[in-house]
Amino acid sequence: MNAILLSAIWGIVMMFSGIFTKSKTAIRNTAILGLVLLLLANCADMTGMHVSIDVHKMLYFDTFGLLGNSIAFASTLLLVLLSGRDMEKVGHNLAEYFALIFFVLCGVAIVTTFNTLLMLFLGIEIISIPLYILTGSDKRNLKSNEAALKYFLMGSFSTGLMLLGIAFLYGASATGTFFIDDLWSAGAVKTNPVFISGLLLLLVSMAFKVSAAPFHFWTPDVYDGAPTVFTSFMATIVKVSIFIGFVRLFDEGFGESQDKWQIFVAIITAATLFIGNVTAVFQQSVKRMLAYSSIAQAGFMLLALLALNSVAKQGMLLYAAAYSVATIGIFAVLIRMKDYTFEGFNGLARQQPLLAATVTIFLLSLSGIPLTGGFFAKYYMLAAVVSSGHYLWLVIFAVLCAAVSVYYYFRVIQAMYFKEGDGTTEVEPGAGFKGLLVVLAAVVVVLGIWPQTLLGFLSKLPYTW
Amino acid sequence: MVPVLLILIPLVTGLVGFLIKNASNARTWALLSSLATLVVSLWGLSLAKTSPMLSANVEWLPDLGSRFAVGMDGLSTILSLLTAVSFPLIFIATWRDQYKKAWNFYALMLLSQAGLIGVFLATDALLFYFFWELALIPVYFLSSQWGGERRIAATFKFFVYTFVGSLLMLVGIIWLYWQTPDHSFSMQSFYALHSKIPGKDQTWIFWMMFIAFAIKMPIWPLHTWQPDAYEQSPTATTMVLSAVMVKMGLFGVMRWLVPVVSVGSWQWGDTVSFCCMIGMIYASLVALKQDDLKRLIAYSSIAHVGLMCLAIFATTSSGMQGVMIQMFSHGINILGMWIVVDLIERQFGTRKISELGGLAQKAPGLAILLVIVALANIALPLTNAFVGELLLYSGIFSSTATQYNVVYTVVAGLSIILGAVYTLNMIQRVFFGNTNTLTAKGVDIKMNEKLALVAIVALILVFGVYPKPMLDLTKETAEMILSKMNYKL
Repeated sequence: MNAILLSAIWGIVMMFSGIFTKSKTAIRNTAILGLVLLLLANCADMTGMHVSIDVHKMLYFDTFGLLGNSIAFASTLLLVLLSGRDMEKVGHNLAEYFALIFFVLCGVAIVTTFNTLLMLFLGIEIISIPLYILTGSDKRNLKSNEAALKYFLMGSFSTGLMLLGIAFLYGASATGTFFIDDLWSAGAVKTNPVFISGLLLLLVSMAFKVSAAPFHFWTPDVYDGAPTVFTSFMATIVKVSIFIGFVRLFDEGFGESQDKWQIFVAIITAATLFIGNVTAVFQQSVKRMLAYSSIAQAGFMLLALLALNSVAKQGMLLYAAAYSVATIGIFAVLIRMKDYTFEGFNGLARQQPLLAATVTIFLLSLSGIPLTGGFFAKYYMLAAVVSSGHYLWLVIFAVLCAAVSVYYYFRVIQAMYFKEGDGTTEVEPGAGFKGLLVVLAAVVVVLGIWPQTLLGFLSKLPYTW
Repeated sequence: MVPVLLILIPLVTGLVGFLIKNASNARTWALLSSLATLVVSLWGLSLAKTSPMLSANVEWLPDLGSRFAVGMDGLSTILSLLTAVSFPLIFIATWRDQYKKAWNFYALMLLSQAGLIGVFLATDALLFYFFWELALIPVYFLSSQWGGERRIAATFKFFVYTFVGSLLMLVGIIWLYWQTPDHSFSMQSFYALHSKIPGKDQTWIFWMMFIAFAIKMPIWPLHTWQPDAYEQSPTATTMVLSAVMVKMGLFGVMRWLVPVVSVGSWQWGDTVSFCCMIGMIYASLVALKQDDLKRLIAYSSIAHVGLMCLAIFATTSSGMQGVMIQMFSHGINILGMWIVVDLIERQFGTRKISELGGLAQKAPGLAILLVIVALANIALPLTNAFVGELLLYSGIFSSTATQYNVVYTVVAGLSIILGAVYTLNMIQRVFFGNTNTLTAKGVDIKMNEKLALVAIVALILVFGVYPKPMLDLTKETAEMILSKMNYKL
């Protein structure tokens, strides 16, 4: 509850901060302060110190959701610390960008803790609308405009589908309820086609939001067209938070009817893994490659949705953390590169050895090499499905796709280390930037050696709502 | 204690090595580190088999049922010893090779040593997987950075090949983990599994894991990465790849596959053996036609490894022991061959057999040492390889696990004859005959190379004449593996 209130309030604070000061540093520092407070408030929430407002069970604050929040807020903080200065280059409305980011975080906090379909819808919309604006924030750039329009049209269409699904589910439940844990048990006829179609409509619209194939077509264009800082935000924080909501919805709402929808999730997962990985191989721009890689990684996260056991939920959180940290790190370096193509990275190791080394660690993590967080993230996903005993073919398919992903991730490593060239950053990065990258890389490695440092929270926090 | 030190010394010195920004200091540092590892490894050898110093077991990932468990039995001792012996020899033999940013080169070499030793010592499946990948990453960077002209493509092929294999193995490991009643990755839990794995699952689990190991060895038809990778890697890395790294595959089969998935191993042993057999003959024939020294040795390695893999699936005690001894001998012998190749390439700038000739006149010392190494490579009596191969043959011939034991023995014999043909042919064309304009300028070997080669020759002869310590070391482990394979329901 703390996080929802604070993020909404701070969003308004940020909006008005633009009136009181023209100093970009002051605005950025206000945002950083807000994010730190948000993170602290959320942690306080986990230990039981929270604002008590009767929400009539419309929201349910469990450790899974709150830990998801923490990951999202911490990642946003890292993103702003690393790339805050680059946001200034997007346009003049810095205060508004930060305000929008805080509103997105408010949506995130709702999506990770919703307990009724209405809240889910509200959260998704609060996330989406600021994102449409952020995508188009580079006003004079045609590609940014195109991306925003495309995102808006496709996004509203999928939201429409979601509403229809919610309406179906409402109708299918005998007593008329939006509460997700009552959907199945409320006396619905077990094979009610209305229920099933409602469920599938929700699946489709959520799959759209996390850019799972075959609903991923907007992703490359939107990620490519949006200003790179905001691409980084969308591809990591927003995506994994919606994933946490996705898992929550299916775990609480449709856990008992797993046999009805599992096959659809399996097909979506296989398609996402295949399309994401194979298309990423053919990209020439690192930014576009990362867009497809985010689709491919979504495919792996979908495995958690397929298995839906405790291993899967733990793994989902670990995946969220490992994937976000690594991707934010790569984007932070990418933003500062002169040239976004693979050739632009040629010889970076000679010009910027530290940047190249940290990016290498992030890329190794994304490809799932041991000693990085990405390995355990993937490990948990595979283990979750294997432990459920079904869909072993999908596990094997997933690891083969992971092997394909090595091709495009290592292409960047090859360019940086083994190819001659003078790829470099636009300006010499500061010591603070480099230091933060090292911290990020250290986080990735720590997650790769002792993953329970993060997951330990799950079992140890005494939290009850 | 000993195993932990064996992993930590190269790991820590390797990480420190990145900071020594001076080529010759880094080289000395690497040599000292590898010598320290060798000393610790010899110390481990001198301890009693039951000594608590030979294992370590600490909490690592309690939630996942994985522990940092390392231990040394005959199999892991002999292979960690091979690793510990190889690295100083490699550093000494390639002392005069020049590298750009040499400190990174030596640091990565040490890291790969840490990974390799870790693979051989881990008694926890997840830890094993960790080290398995850890050994691969440094080698990837070594070969891509300091290799030949086509290094990026060749190394990448190697990397993707092994990565696919290891991911499949990971799925296998996870599956086995969920089958263990106590959800543990420990070797004991895995070994206790063998009768509990349902028959229909044995097949696919066997193949998932075997493919990973087969790629590493490599077994026909998964060998295509190897000649390219060997050819394009810097010679020091090629030495690591062929002397030690291919043993990871054989080790994996003996430690993590046949004792765990024993029914699958019985069921598919013949299929694997056929692949080994085709590979041996094929590789020997291809080796006959090679003009490039590095490729020739690469193919000869495929033939030798095929024989060892064949012997594992023969499921006899002499075969198992033979494999372990032969892994060590083959590592030492092929190291000798590579040292000579490196020498020739550095002196004459070519590896083409057709461009060389008459070297014996110019470098008599080298010729003598090489002939001994080459004779060991074709397993002549009084050399170490003879002991190993004799055991392999008797193991394969006396095998009751297959009805084709005679066929296997005959084909394996054929590959030995072919091996003698291409090895001796190579020596004849490179070292004897008349000198040409290129080789006329040749000089004899330098002190450092002589040192390394003499050490290798000494090892060859000592274990060729007195193999008893090796036999003692491996006997118990061979029996243990067999007892796991031959369990009664």
